Order: sequence, then structure tokens, then C-alpha cells
Amino acid sequence: MNGAQTMPQTETMVLNLGPQHPSTHGVLRVVLELDGELIVKADPDIGYLHRGIEKMCEFRTYHQCLPLTDRIDYLAGSANNLGFVLAVEKLLGVEVPKRGQYIRVMIAELTRISSHLFWLGTHGHDLGAMTPLFYAFREREKLMDLFEMVWGGRLFPCYFRIGGLAADLPEGFTDQVWEFVETFPKKIEDYENLLTHNRIWIARTKGVGVMSPDEVLDWGWSGPMARGSGVDWDLRRDNPYSRYEDFDFVVPLGSNGDTYDRYLVRMEEMRQSNRIVRQVLENLPSGDINVADPRVALPPKERVYNNIEALINHFLIIEEGVIPPVGEVYQAIEAPKGELGFYIASDGTGHPLRVKIRAPSFANLAALGKLAKGRLLSDLIALIGTMDIVLADVDR
Amino acid sequence: MSAAVEKVQAQFPDEIVEIYEFRGDTTIIIKPERIVEICTLLRDDRETSFRYLSSVAAVDYLPASPRFAVVYHLYSHRNKNRVALKAFLADDAYPSIHSVVPVWSTANWHERECYDLMGIQFRGHPDLRRILTPPECESYFPLRKEIPVRGL
Repeated sequence: MNGAQTMPQTETMVLNLGPQHPSTHGVLRVVLELDGELIVKADPDIGYLHRGIEKMCEFRTYHQCLPLTDRIDYLAGSANNLGFVLAVEKLLGVEVPKRGQYIRVMIAELTRISSHLFWLGTHGHDLGAMTPLFYAFREREKLMDLFEMVWGGRLFPCYFRIGGLAADLPEGFTDQVWEFVETFPKKIEDYENLLTHNRIWIARTKGVGVMSPDEVLDWGWSGPMARGSGVDWDLRRDNPYSRYEDFDFVVPLGSNGDTYDRYLVRMEEMRQSNRIVRQVLENLPSGDINVADPRVALPPKERVYNNIEALINHFLIIEEGVIPPVGEVYQAIEAPKGELGFYIASDGTGHPLRVKIRAPSFANLAALGKLAKGRLLSDLIALIGTMDIVLADVDR
Repeated sequence: MSAAVEKVQAQFPDEIVEIYEFRGDTTIIIKPERIVEICTLLRDDRETSFRYLSSVAAVDYLPASPRFAVVYHLYSHRNKNRVALKAFLADDAYPSIHSVVPVWSTANWHERECYDLMGIQFRGHPDLRRILTPPECESYFPLRKEIPVRGL
């Protein structure tokens, strides 16, 4: 018998991963073409969580859009709120007082830590490390308690408002944040002890999903995904908003652009966020939290009850909302997952003409097919984990 | 005046319709035909260096005509600045523009989204399929102004 006859004919197999699969972090479906365990082609199929947020915004006042933005990346609700209120404030041409901005920075950085903790727990769990999940969720739960003190809920804050904040910080809040800030660096050490030198972890992540800096720019990656490849870019530092220029922090960079380096980058980012929160606590100014313009921010409740003009202002903002001039703005922030941008076109009425949400998960996920090609099926799980996607952010 | 505006003015003077600044954002409104060349120029020029495309957004200005516009938000990591390119599409019934996927790979999904939600045709796109809504949606595009927010 010659060799050609003994070789069996093989053909590729199509496999659906998701939309209901624990390691796809939500309702992501990946249509895989497999040759044995090797991926020939991976085509992400998204849209299972598309709620038409951009369309719904066009039929609401700017204030009413805010709760919708909570639900873009639900693991980092405050980051979405921040992007949206900054965009509307840019459109209106107003600036929030210093105390309001500092509180926003503190909440945004605590949100980043909580989002990264969720990523750490699930990413570790996907790759077979059970313990980091329990460790990370323990601290995330503390953050959720802190958040609950401020806005009464866990995931959907709506605490940042156009022109300021819903309310000042509750009594005793800063003491509890201090306690968290003091203890958290030690906790990060614990996580790193579990994973950084763990041989299984290294085997599963090193050299997996390598992106060069040029590819990162071409594929529109941002945030920790870009920094893992050594792209030195952080919107908080390079295009500061909400007074980030007042704070001192380091932008960590990877060198190999693989899943392991992105892990290291995110771990260091948690330390840096912790540093920023500490600086906010040390320098938190007193004063107003809302802009003084009654056409933008709600007047204080005491004045509404005792003053007819304030009552009228209150009604006007509730009924008509803010009315920006005709114009278009694009405002991007450094969300935990990358560049979160809001493009708002206003036609001079109380409703936006168009709201386009540039979601980091959407742009990052687009490269999944490219990275998965030629890799093992099990590497795909590492790739989905390292992208830190939230499907609500992808689909909007 | 930013370097991007100067470059486009120097190389494509006939393509510029209007340049406007609003709240610190620069938008160059251009004619749609030579979008790929203009994007390539802005990406490859050493001074402008817009190597990163943030997003592609389609806007419906109904009842105005031309009603559809496509807006490209570009970012330069070198200069840490942004510019927006905006092109109004001539045909209201069948809006189309050349795809910029050859310039930035990330445009692939952004353009698919614009096609899916607003029905903009991107000529030369390698894989222009619906992305967020199911294929059964056939010929309606949810972000168009004539589509109600509920009760279709």
C-alpha cells in the first residue's frame, strides 16, 4: 500500500461556541471552523444583547439618556456615565466645580478597580485557576458596598449628572474608602502570588494572542489591550479630562503584546488607580459639586421648596432638560476597557439628533478572528478572557 | 489651524466643503468620492500621523437633503489630537461611500455597523453583512429617522 491510500481524508468541522457558554462572558457566539483542535476560522457573531440604546437616546431628553448609559458596560457603569456627561457638558460649554470633578475621578477609579477585579476573577477561572475568582470577588464586594453607600445600588449608578453629581458623598464614606485604599495593595500582592509565577498560568497565557504595536493601531485597540503591546497611550494622561492632570500616576506598558503582558498591565493599573484614589482623598476640596447655571443643574432641594424661581428651574430641567446649541462633539474617556467615546450631534432641541457610542469592547473584539486563526481551541478561551469584553458594551 | 486641515487643503483643495471648529473639535467636511485617498494621506503623513480610527458614525439629517452623512473620528498617538472627517452622501435613496477598510482594519466592524443600523453601502468592503441585528431584518435600518422607536 502506498502512503496516499493510508492517509484518511479529513474535513473541517463547524462548531458553535455560545451564545450560551460560560466562558464567552455573556451572549457572544463564535462560529468556529475546526481542523481537529486547530482553529481554521473564527467568526464572532454579536448582537444578541443589542438594545438600540443609540436609537432610544434620540427620543429622550439628555438627562433621560443617562440611565441608558449605565447599561452599556454594566461592570463599569460610572465610566459610561462619565463619558456621557462630559460629552453633554462639552456640548453645553460648562465645567463642573473642582470638588465635583475630584469625586468623579475617585468614583471612576474605584470603578476601574472593580471592573479589573471582575476581569481577573473570570479570566483566571476560565483558564482553570479557581482561587483568584474568590479573592477578587471578595474585594469587589467591598467596592460594591461602597458604591451602595453612594447611590443605593450596585451596578447602575446614575450618580454623575449633567453639570455635576446627584448628591454629595454620604457621611463616613471617605473613611471607608481610606480603609480600602490602605489594604488593597496587599491584596494585589496576594493575587499576583497566585498567578504571576504560576507555571500553568504562564503556559496558558505567554505567547497567546500576540499583537504588534502597528497591528494594535490598525485594529483600533485601546486601553490595556493597546498598552499590553507597548503602545504608550492613556487618555487620562494624554488628553486629560475631569482634572486628571492634577494626579500623579504611571501608565504601565507591556512588551510582548501577549495575554500574559496584558495581565501584568491590568494588575499594575489597579495599583495606579489605588494611588489616584488616595491622592483624591488627600486633596479633596470642599465647595460646590454642581455648576451654578440653573439651566444645566438642578437647584438644591431647600431652594426648590422655598423659592419660586428655583421651583421653575427645577420644573424646566425635569420637563425639557438641558438645551444645547446646534453642534457636534466627540468626547472620549479612558474607560476600564479602553477608549469609550460619545459622539453627540445636537440640532438645538432638548433631544439629541444622534448619539453614537464608540464602545471599547466592540473595537477590541473585532480582532478575535485574526488572533484565533491557527491557534488551539483552548487558546480561544484565553483570548476572550484577555479582551475583557462585556457583551452589553459590544452590542449596546 | 491644525496640520490635518493644512494637509488636506494643500493636497485636496477641491474636496473640502467646509471646515468648522466647535468646542475645540475640528471637523473637515469633504466630498465623499476621494475619502480613501484623504484618509490614506492623513494616516501616512509624518506630521498628521492619524494611524488610529476611533469610530465611524452615520447620521441621518432627515428632512434635509442630502440626508445621510458619515463621520470618521481619527486620532493621532503622535500628536495626541483628533480630527473628524465628515462626508454627506449624495443619494438619499441608496447612500454609498468607499470603504476605508484598506486604510484601517478596524473600519471593518464600524462600517458593518453603519450599514446595519443606517443602511449606508460601503463600496469595496470585504464582508458587508449585518452585525448587530439579525439577518431577517432584511431591508429596514433601525437608526433611520422614519423608523419609530417602538411599534414597527
